[in-house]
Amino acid sequence: MSTFEFLLQGIVIAAQPMNLLYALIGVTLGTAVGVLPGIGPALTVALLLPVTYKLDPGGSLIMFAGIYYGGMYGGSTTSILLNTPGESSSIVTALEGNKMARAGRGGPALATAAIGSFVAGLIATLALAFIAPFVVKLALVFGPREYFALMVLAFVTVSSAFGDSTLRGLTSLFIGFALAIIGIDQLTGQARMSFGIPDLLDGIEVTTLAVAMFAIGESLYIAAQGDLGPDKVEAVKGSVWMNRQDWARSWKAWLRGTAIGFPIGAMPAGGAEIGTFLSYATEKRLTKYPEEFGNGAIEGVAGPEAANNASAAGTLVPLLTLGLPTTATAAIMLAGFQQYGLQPGPLLFATNPQLVWGLIASLLIANFMLLVLNLPLVGLWVKLLTIPKPWLYAGILLFATLGTIGANPSVFELGMLLAFGLLGYVMRIFGYPIAPVVVGLILGPLAEQQLRRALAISQGDVTVLFTSPVAAVLLVIAAAALIVPLILRARGRGEVLSQLAASED
Amino acid sequence: MSKGHAPSTEKRRPDRAALFIAVFLAALGGLIFWDTSRLAGAGGYSGVGPATIPFVIASGLLLLAAWTVFEALRGDFPVRERQEVGPVIWIIGGLAAQMLLLKPLGFSIATGLLFAATAAGFGKRKLWFTIPIGIAICLGVWLIFAGLLQLSLPAGPLEHLFW
Repeated sequence: MSTFEFLLQGIVIAAQPMNLLYALIGVTLGTAVGVLPGIGPALTVALLLPVTYKLDPGGSLIMFAGIYYGGMYGGSTTSILLNTPGESSSIVTALEGNKMARAGRGGPALATAAIGSFVAGLIATLALAFIAPFVVKLALVFGPREYFALMVLAFVTVSSAFGDSTLRGLTSLFIGFALAIIGIDQLTGQARMSFGIPDLLDGIEVTTLAVAMFAIGESLYIAAQGDLGPDKVEAVKGSVWMNRQDWARSWKAWLRGTAIGFPIGAMPAGGAEIGTFLSYATEKRLTKYPEEFGNGAIEGVAGPEAANNASAAGTLVPLLTLGLPTTATAAIMLAGFQQYGLQPGPLLFATNPQLVWGLIASLLIANFMLLVLNLPLVGLWVKLLTIPKPWLYAGILLFATLGTIGANPSVFELGMLLAFGLLGYVMRIFGYPIAPVVVGLILGPLAEQQLRRALAISQGDVTVLFTSPVAAVLLVIAAAALIVPLILRARGRGEVLSQLAASED
Repeated sequence: MSKGHAPSTEKRRPDRAALFIAVFLAALGGLIFWDTSRLAGAGGYSGVGPATIPFVIASGLLLLAAWTVFEALRGDFPVRERQEVGPVIWIIGGLAAQMLLLKPLGFSIATGLLFAATAAGFGKRKLWFTIPIGIAICLGVWLIFAGLLQLSLPAGPLEHLFW
C-alpha cells in the first residue's frame, strides 16, 4: 500500500469517537500546560503515564502526541502576554510577541502564532507521513553498530553540542547513564548497582525521574527565588484578527519557519529551540521592516512559532521510525510506548500499522482542534495565567506526586522522587541541563544493548564499529558535534551556542 | 542563564561548591567501579559483559570530575543566583511529611499537607486556611482517580468515610 492509503486508513482510525476524545483531551491538557509557566509537555506526559496505564495504547499515545502539539501552541500565549516563556522553545516568541502585546497588538500576535502553528503543524505532519516510510526502509538495513552510532550522535547533540557548557551537558548525560545501569542487566540477568534493595532491581522509573526533575526541581528553584512580585499579564486589546498587511507579512514567515524547523526536529539535533532561533535570525535578515524588529515585528512571531511546531512534528520522525528520542518529551513518549510493550522503530510500522498511522492521522486532526482552541477561546487560557503562584505550584506538586503514588504507592518511590527532586534543584542552581539526564536514562540501556550485540557479533573486535560506512560517518559527525563547540567556546564564541540551549522540551 | 565570570573586583577563587560537585561525581564513579567489579568475570566469549559499560561510564564520571575540578579552580562556573532557604525547606518538609504519612493517614491528609506546605513555600503561610483546603482538594482528587479511574492511591480514615 502507498503512504497515501496508509494515511487514509489512519484517518479512519483516528476519527473513531474514542480516539477523537483522546485527541481532544490531549490538546486541551497540552494547551493548558503550555500556557502555565513552569510546567511543560515533558512533565505532563510523565504525569499522565501512570494514569493511562490501564487505557488502550493507541488512544493514550494519541493523547500524548496531542499534549506535545498543544504544549507548543500554548507556550506562545504565555510568551506573548506574560513575557515569561512557558516553554524553552517559546523564548524567541517572547522577543517580538510581548512587544506587540504591549503596543496593543496582542490579538494579531496571538493569531499569527496560532495560525502559523497550524500551517506548520499541518505541513510538517504530512511531511512526517511521507518521509517516515523512507526512513523505515533505510532503518531496516541498520544493524546494531549503526544503531549504536546513531545513539552516540543523539547523546552528543542532546547533551553538549548546544547549551553553555560541554562539561555540564556531558555531566548531566553521565548522571543519566549512571542511573540507567541500576537494575537487572537485560542481557545476562545480573543485578547491577542495586545493593540488595529489591525496589532497585527494576531500575529507576523514567516517569519518577522526569517528574522529580521537572516538577519538584523546578518548583524548588522558583520558590527559592523568593517573592518577585506578581507578573504582569498584558490584556488582549482589540481584535484577535489579523489585517491584510499582517497576513501579507506572515505567510512567508510561516512557510520559512516550517522549512527550517522540520529538518532540525527530524535530525537527531536536540530541541525545538534551535529552529526557532534560526527562523528568527532569518526573518530579521529578510524583513522589509528592519526598524520594527525589537519593537514588535509580526514576522518575528510568525516564523519562530511555525518553526517551533514544525520541529515538534519533526522530532516524531526519529522517534517513530528509529525509536530514537531527541528531546525530553520524546524520551518520555518512548517510555509510554514501552509501557505497552511496544518498541518504536521500523518493525512497529510492519507489526502495528494501525497504531502508527492512526497516531500520525490523529495529529492532523489535533491540529484543527488546536486552531479552534487557541483562536476563539484564547481568553479562557489567559485566565490560567492569573492563578496565584502558591495555588499553582501546590497543585503542580499535588499532581506530580499523584502520578508516582498511582504507579507505585511505596515510601521508597516517594523517597526517590524527593531525592531526584533535590538533585534536579541543585543541577538547576549550577546551570546543568536536565534533558540529557532523562535522555541518558532511557536511551542509555538501548545503546548498551546495541553495542554489546555488535561486539558479540564481532567477537569483541572494537574496530567493527568503524568499518561500516554508515556507522563511521555517524560517529565522525558525533565527534565533530562534540569538538567544534568546544573550540568555539574556547575562542569565546560560545554565546551563540548558549542561546541555542536545549533545556526542557 | 548568565555567562559565568567572577566579578572583576575579586580575584578568581576556587569554587568550593563546584569542587564538591567534582567529589560527588568521583564518588559516583567509584561506587559504580566497586559495585560492578564483582561482575567483571562475566564477559563471555566476546569479552563484553554486564560490567563493561558500567566501567566505561565510571571512567567517564572520573574524567568529568577531573574536568570539573579544573573549571572550578579556574572559576569558570556560572554565577549562582541567590537562593532563599526558607521556601525550599517548606517544600522539602511537605514532601517528607507526605512520604511518611501516606500509609498511616491515607492519600488525602498526607497530600493535603504537602499542598499547604508548598503554598507556604510560595508565600501563603495561613496554614489554618490552606491545610483544610488542601485536604478537601486531595479528597476530591482521590475520589476521581482512585474511585473512578481505579488508580491505587492509599486510603486512610478520611477516605474510608466515603468509599
